[in-house]
Amino acid sequence: MRIPILKLHDYLLISIQTEIDDNTAIQFQEDLLDKIHQTGASGVVIDLTSVEIIDSFIAKVLGDVVTMSDLMGAKLVLTGIQPAVAVTLIDLGVHLKDVPTALDLERGLIKLYQELGE
Amino acid sequence: MDPTFCVTIEQEWDIVKARQLGRDRARDIGFGTVDQARIATAISELARNIYLYAGSGKICFEVVEEMGQNGLGVRSLDTGPGIKNISQVMEDGYSTSGGLGAGLPGVKRLVDQFDIQSEEGQGTEIRVMKWLRKLR
Repeated sequence: MRIPILKLHDYLLISIQTEIDDNTAIQFQEDLLDKIHQTGASGVVIDLTSVEIIDSFIAKVLGDVVTMSDLMGAKLVLTGIQPAVAVTLIDLGVHLKDVPTALDLERGLIKLYQELGE
Repeated sequence: MDPTFCVTIEQEWDIVKARQLGRDRARDIGFGTVDQARIATAISELARNIYLYAGSGKICFEVVEEMGQNGLGVRSLDTGPGIKNISQVMEDGYSTSGGLGAGLPGVKRLVDQFDIQSEEGQGTEIRVMKWLRKLR
């Protein structure tokens, strides 16, 4: 199972719509970094509106991919984290500090425009 | 309804299977979305521990009714290496897997009751309970 990555001008858009297992998450991490490299994208939005569970492993993969994209020179924003997911992450002790987030895809794109000064 | 129900954890995908089933059970009993997510996440962490440390085991669900209160019990069973120092693994930040899981303290915070029994070389049994909150 692969998570589709869409290109929109200088940005990459990802909407995670399926239940993610560990392998899918790791595969996605690699696919996204490859895609950033291929396209020279300056910004990435990962929309998590349909994601009902983020456990510690998925959270680690997401947190890591933010840092990895940053190293490559692309800004990444996570959007649409559900209330139940936010509560569970804090209970778990996962704080995802320094990870840029926005309420929804639209605000995520605005955040990227602002951060990248375009 | 069958009072207990188990999922065997042998492959990585079984982690997803267990948490989906747990979530369905939680929804059926009447848990709200936040508690459904808590239960499913706790199951995911327990199942991953089985997969990572014991190789195989099972996760069992049990619908409990006690003194007019309904709840969901989740039991994680394995015959893996066991845990040498339980108080150590219950400390935040302790890890032998290089941070692959949030660990047991995280699981404990997600549920209402948490019991662990482990014997070195024999295996580990963890039982957690989540009670349905009543609106008074």
